[in-house]
Amino acid sequence: MTDAGPDRESATTAPGPQDDGTPPGSGGTPEWFDRATGVGRGTLHALVVPTLALLLALVVGAVIIMVTDVDAWRLMGEDPGAALGEMINGVWVAYRALFLGAFGSVRAISETLFTATPLILAGLAVALGFRAGLFNIGARGQMFIGGLFAVWVALHVELPSLLHVPLALLAAIVGGGIWGGLAGILKARTGAHEVITTIMLNFIAAFFTLWVLKTSVFQEEGSNLPQSAPIPETARLTPIFGDQYRVNIGLFIAIGAVFFVHWLLFRSTLGFEFRAAGFSPSASRYAGMNVALLYTLVMFISGALAGLAGATMTLGLPPYTVTSNFPGTIGFDAIALALLGRSHPFGVLWSGLLFGALIAGGRAMQGAAGVSVDLVIVMQALIIIFIAAPKLVRAVFRLKAAETEPTQLTKGWGA
Amino acid sequence: MTTTVEKERLELEQRNRATPEERRSIIIGWVLIALGLLVIVFFGLGTDPGMDATFNLSLQTDRIQDLSWVIDARNLSIAVGVIIVGLGVWRLTRRALDWTNISLAIGFSLFSLAFLAWAAAGSQFSLVGMLRSTVILSVVVVFGALTGLMCERVGVINIGIEGQLLASAFAGVVLSSAFGTWAGLAGALITGGLLGWLLAWLTIRFHVDQIIAGVVINFLALGLTSLMSARILSDVQSLNAPERIPSWKIPILADIPVIGPMFFDHTFFVYGMFVLVLAIHMGLFYTRWGLRSRSVGEHPRAADTAGINVYWVRYRNVILGGMIAGFGGAFLGLAQVARFEEDMTGGIGFIGLAAMIFGRWLPFGALGAGLVFGFARAVQQKVAILNIGLPSEFLLMLPYVVTIIVVAGVVGKTRPPAADGKPYIKQ
Repeated sequence: MTDAGPDRESATTAPGPQDDGTPPGSGGTPEWFDRATGVGRGTLHALVVPTLALLLALVVGAVIIMVTDVDAWRLMGEDPGAALGEMINGVWVAYRALFLGAFGSVRAISETLFTATPLILAGLAVALGFRAGLFNIGARGQMFIGGLFAVWVALHVELPSLLHVPLALLAAIVGGGIWGGLAGILKARTGAHEVITTIMLNFIAAFFTLWVLKTSVFQEEGSNLPQSAPIPETARLTPIFGDQYRVNIGLFIAIGAVFFVHWLLFRSTLGFEFRAAGFSPSASRYAGMNVALLYTLVMFISGALAGLAGATMTLGLPPYTVTSNFPGTIGFDAIALALLGRSHPFGVLWSGLLFGALIAGGRAMQGAAGVSVDLVIVMQALIIIFIAAPKLVRAVFRLKAAETEPTQLTKGWGA
Repeated sequence: MTTTVEKERLELEQRNRATPEERRSIIIGWVLIALGLLVIVFFGLGTDPGMDATFNLSLQTDRIQDLSWVIDARNLSIAVGVIIVGLGVWRLTRRALDWTNISLAIGFSLFSLAFLAWAAAGSQFSLVGMLRSTVILSVVVVFGALTGLMCERVGVINIGIEGQLLASAFAGVVLSSAFGTWAGLAGALITGGLLGWLLAWLTIRFHVDQIIAGVVINFLALGLTSLMSARILSDVQSLNAPERIPSWKIPILADIPVIGPMFFDHTFFVYGMFVLVLAIHMGLFYTRWGLRSRSVGEHPRAADTAGINVYWVRYRNVILGGMIAGFGGAFLGLAQVARFEEDMTGGIGFIGLAAMIFGRWLPFGALGAGLVFGFARAVQQKVAILNIGLPSEFLLMLPYVVTIIVVAGVVGKTRPPAADGKPYIKQ
């Protein structure tokens, strides 16, 4: 498939088994570049659409900031020019705060890396599902359960740090894996679509967390607050650059997971079967693979990765007491991120860092410019649209469009 | 080389092996027996003798007052449990396979009755209030299911119902606060329609994967409404104060005990829901529009060959579906809650999608399924007040657990439209 140009690459969010990370063919860039950027066999060209998508998202975001500027609209009747100036200034202040909040200082960079850690792990979870033709929207629920398992080990097992952290992480893998595998089993045995089951499992996990944090199993003795007792020092993820910066060894776990998923998908038999099942379940079945088992396994591993993401939020987030919404919006950010990274582990790494910067910057923006961090959700939605519809980006920028095959990522409701 | 004896043996095995319907009947039989035993042991024997459950059958606003049904919770539960076990045993005999689903429905209704009697033992419980809530709480689910049905009947999966509901609720609330109820209603319908158009445009014009397009709509709706809520509504609170749409009490019919408050004392949205279900049913199965829609959902290539404009049919139905979601969003924002809250839909659009599957892509099926989900929510709300010692979080999980059980196939084998989820490219 060396003749497949960048257009085919950009149109396909979940390429089939042929995209196995083998050395590039006709691409004009060195092999290390292709590998590192995660665009596979493409050229620099393959980066064009994601870059333009990000740019467009920033532009639309600016328009939204301007349109929702209430104070400027009040001024509009008296002095339209000043009002417009106010709006543009608002965009400048917001984006400046966003950029400085992401890269402006050591603390900002630490925040970006810290925010990126669970995003990368959860993004890998979603990307792995995409590769096997499964849409795992349940990273949020799997983070809840994985995170809680880790907290349980942290609170109820006494061990030296060297063993305590790995054991807690193992528990997170098991917990997240069970929650993801549940959706996998339901899909394999009954054909229940994973989109619905994982979303429902998200709600169930959220209510379960709400309840369990009020029980004596997790609460501090004598406390009435719906939060866990403090995680003991031995189970915490150690900060890399000292206690004043939040980025911790979870980052190394995330990077390790990137390499693991890459190995799993492109170097192992199991990964080949995953991708084959994603490409054509019927052909895989015909070739003798047990597709039902594969679905369960994929969802288990996917859930395990999300569970690890949850553990980084419970064991690594100062002040080390766990509250009822610790996954935040990470489970959903992960979807956009996996798409942006084209479901490739290295792509997920880079887009995870990018989203980490966006969200860390977004928090700074909310504080400094009063633009709520929800803007980042809108920008993510726009990025997904532009990535999933490369024809749209090409139309906006009048790039030469090529005929592309339609992408059908997920299957219908049937088994 | 199979001998005659072996062949006969194989044929015999073939005959003895249960068909899928028979297997379902047996599985559901065992489920019912377990349920019945649970009722007898837990709700029946678990209740002290002589504890009466009082079910109120009239509301304080009713013309006919003080109707109630008093019954001994223990005896009722035991009797109900025995009936459920009996139903289960009947299922094990593999007879009357048409009755499998009906048995299941009866079993679950009786189970709910025993559960309520157990929860209300020794106190009062407004049964009519709960049934009325069932209808109200099912409205958004039914509209969501009808939206999904409109789209999937022409082969487009709509995961974005949640976002369509949320965005139209927001538009409805803001426009209603600013310009009055009718403007709010119109704004909600237009917003829903626009998001329907966006889904159709992305999937038909750009061949974006339908699930991704739907997810994008959910993201956009959640992000934009939360952003505007935080940036505008918190500042200008007069924009988040719509006039609540009043109930239209239907004379005479509303005074019938139980049925009156359940069905004939509601806002026009509720009556609209019943009318819409009937209209879509008639439209789908008795008009040219319906035949064309269904043919596009089942075999677009054949429909195209027959001269039907597949793209136009898909656009039209998906936009109409979006407007139905807009109507549902308007009910949520203008009648049920009467203000906007961030993420106020809370997954109800997905429950609507599950209701559509549960209802087998049929309008009346969607209505029935919606009522089941409404019932689960109503039970959760009313029982939470009784304080039965079960943590409220577990009751809150109930509708979501029901959804999973439903899509996991308690309803048996369902068949979506053949071209559901498949992009169509004109040749």
